[in-house]
Amino acid sequence: MLATLISLLFVAPNWVRSITNEKQPNVFWSEYVVWPLIQIVVVLFIVLTLVAYLVYLERKVSAFMQARLGPMRVGPWGLLQPLADGLKLLLKEDIVPLKADRAVFIIAPIVSVVAALVVLAVIPWGATWATIANVNIGLLFILAVSSVGVLGLVLAGWGSNSKYSLLGALRSSAQMVSYEIGMGLSIIGALMFAKTLSMSGIIESQRISGVWYVFFQPLGFLIYAVSALGETNRAPFDLPEAESELVAGYHTEYSGFRWALFFMAEYSAMIVTSAVAVTVFLGGWMLPGLTGTSLFGIGPISDPTIHTFASIIVFGAKIMALIYAYMWFRWTWPRYRYDQLMELGWKWMIPAGLANIVLTGIWYVLALPKSQGGVFGFLRDEKGQLVPKGAGILYFIITAFIVTIPIVWGLLVTINRRSRDFNLTEQRQLQSQLRRERLEKMLQEQPKPAESVGQ
Amino acid sequence: MQEQQIAKGQETLFDAEEMVLNMGPQHPSTHGVLRVILKLDGETVVGLDCDIGFLHRGVEKIGEHDTYAMITPYWDRLDYVAAVSNDLCYVEGVERMLQVEVPKRAEYLRVVLSELQRIASHLLWLGTHAMDIGAVTVLLYCFREREEILKIFEDFIGARLTAHAFRIGGLQWDVYPEFESRVRDFLKILPSRIDEYETLLNANRIWLQRTVGIGILPAEEAINLSLTGPALRGSGVKYDIRKAQPYSAYPDFNFEIPIGENGDTYDRYLVRMEEMKQSAVIIEQALDGLPEGPVMAKVPKIIKPPISEIYHSIEGPKGELGVFMVSDGTGKPYRMRIRPPSYINLQSLKRMSIGHLVADVVALIGTLDIVLGEVDR
Repeated sequence: MLATLISLLFVAPNWVRSITNEKQPNVFWSEYVVWPLIQIVVVLFIVLTLVAYLVYLERKVSAFMQARLGPMRVGPWGLLQPLADGLKLLLKEDIVPLKADRAVFIIAPIVSVVAALVVLAVIPWGATWATIANVNIGLLFILAVSSVGVLGLVLAGWGSNSKYSLLGALRSSAQMVSYEIGMGLSIIGALMFAKTLSMSGIIESQRISGVWYVFFQPLGFLIYAVSALGETNRAPFDLPEAESELVAGYHTEYSGFRWALFFMAEYSAMIVTSAVAVTVFLGGWMLPGLTGTSLFGIGPISDPTIHTFASIIVFGAKIMALIYAYMWFRWTWPRYRYDQLMELGWKWMIPAGLANIVLTGIWYVLALPKSQGGVFGFLRDEKGQLVPKGAGILYFIITAFIVTIPIVWGLLVTINRRSRDFNLTEQRQLQSQLRRERLEKMLQEQPKPAESVGQ
Repeated sequence: MQEQQIAKGQETLFDAEEMVLNMGPQHPSTHGVLRVILKLDGETVVGLDCDIGFLHRGVEKIGEHDTYAMITPYWDRLDYVAAVSNDLCYVEGVERMLQVEVPKRAEYLRVVLSELQRIASHLLWLGTHAMDIGAVTVLLYCFREREEILKIFEDFIGARLTAHAFRIGGLQWDVYPEFESRVRDFLKILPSRIDEYETLLNANRIWLQRTVGIGILPAEEAINLSLTGPALRGSGVKYDIRKAQPYSAYPDFNFEIPIGENGDTYDRYLVRMEEMKQSAVIIEQALDGLPEGPVMAKVPKIIKPPISEIYHSIEGPKGELGVFMVSDGTGKPYRMRIRPPSYINLQSLKRMSIGHLVADVVALIGTLDIVLGEVDR
């Protein structure tokens, strides 16, 4: 029985095609309706379950980092905790504050969660059929749609009619808009090598050149990772919901399942940003040893389905590794202050992203074939695509690590030399001196002792 | 609410209206029921006012209705994270009125207990302060070590939080046999644990950015605001009642008074971290020189101090904790006035906060180390 089910699962695409193709030769229904619907249901089911278990994982990871146990009561090792949480949230009273803008208040979480879930469509979860839609501008689509998510937060903050929510919403809109720029700039370097915006295409071009783009674009990856933290409102950039300042930020007034929707949106945004990082920088579902016909030396395997499943597992494992890093950061670092966060975004991430693009472009042009005006000729034409091979790979890695990073670092130091938070010791003395001067001035103007507070 | 000076000379295109934000009394990081009324320009604080009294229990008035021995437990509830130190202040005050000589062993044990309490209080402060700034893990680590201290207290006193440790005239009982070894075990693990916190915070860029240069109080200003305790020493004033007006057995021990340089949040943090280490040094010395003998002086059953008045103060974990008592010769004090360090330190919040951002206000409430039980009494 089980074996039948599994085999059914393995031949799923073909099976769907066969039942629909039998009577009508038109492939429209099978290719564009039935099979995508099945994919959507499966992906949504897996991702939403994953989201619930990411919450569990977060609680466990934080617990282990903090010398405690975490959820242990519901089910073995607290494994049923997400179920209990979800049930509890569903059964909670649906509270809309009296003075809230009702329509906006209700729409906000929906906008957030839809924006977070729609982008799952273009993520290449694995090889061959494991993508819902292989759009040729997949990456652009993700960037565009995920920035709609910020609208949900703004609406939530505005609709709640609460000052904490409003502050949270203002913070989050400023933060997400500025970090989006850094995020967009950071991937352009990698796109120069990939020459496509299609998610599967980016993975394919990494497969052809044989190197993950993180080695060509270490700086880009770094900027992307930081910006992704900012984009998903995760610590140390969790200002919109900074618990110790704003109670809960934009979702202060939300409870029950509406609140759960925001939570879902946050965690699926984590999955999506990690998936993009894996696709663009970490070789997608590729792993050395995993090819279409062999599985780490086992093989030859003729069934491509096995390869697909293996690739899904690899992709998922890479995503989970990144998400673990997210959690690690959250439970280790303090939170940035609002102005420091903006400074990091505008004075560090964006200039670094721009410089990275320019430098990568220069290295790329220098490496063009001599017939196209290059100097080194490290890029070779392969199936109509320019691909770095052999010494070219080494050239790009060396330029990225040894030349680009120091140059960009020097640039950033020059830009930020006078910034408030750059040279803290100097800054502290300056502040101290200013304070002293102010005090002296105050004492001269006002010889009486200062009045007391709170009376 | 007092009118605040709004940054003058700033021209705005539109009518900029300040937002009044009511922080507390139910807020995660006001450390209890403190209500802070903030006037915000964007996120910059242009005005601040503290509204206190949500935890007022009238301890001073209760003191006029209870006998001297009955008042002691109320002192546990003042600064409820440093109950032992509070008791020390009160019982020593009464002992001075009675002119009772407390046995040496009791004095030493009092020092051990109140220094343990200082470490516990500073650990709680560190955890909550770090959590306010966003480093949640530090809180749990601090609670792990505080738990050890609370266990030591529990086995001796019976209570963990409101530990009624001292009696007028000494201690009610001698410590249990394993007390010394357990305290020594704790002292053995403490330095490595403090290292752990410092690893998480000291070299952390974000922690530095959030604390360095925030809420600077120069020494003169700190003195003018009558700050005491680590908040004053962070500004570079070497004033500690354990050295300035030694009480209990403190003259017998060698220890340093750590001070800061600039008086910012980071300096106050460093001062408290160093104080924990110094407390460990004091406990070590007290245990090494712990004399044998009784722990209770001869105190009459009914305590009736002669007609007199007294001000006695100790260096509590938060600053100078003082009591002013007037005795009219009866079994109850005529007046008992408490000088709570948290209350007096809190008034510097306004001076420190104006010009900083909302997030800094939270850090500054944390750096003052206030306990509302003590502020409101």
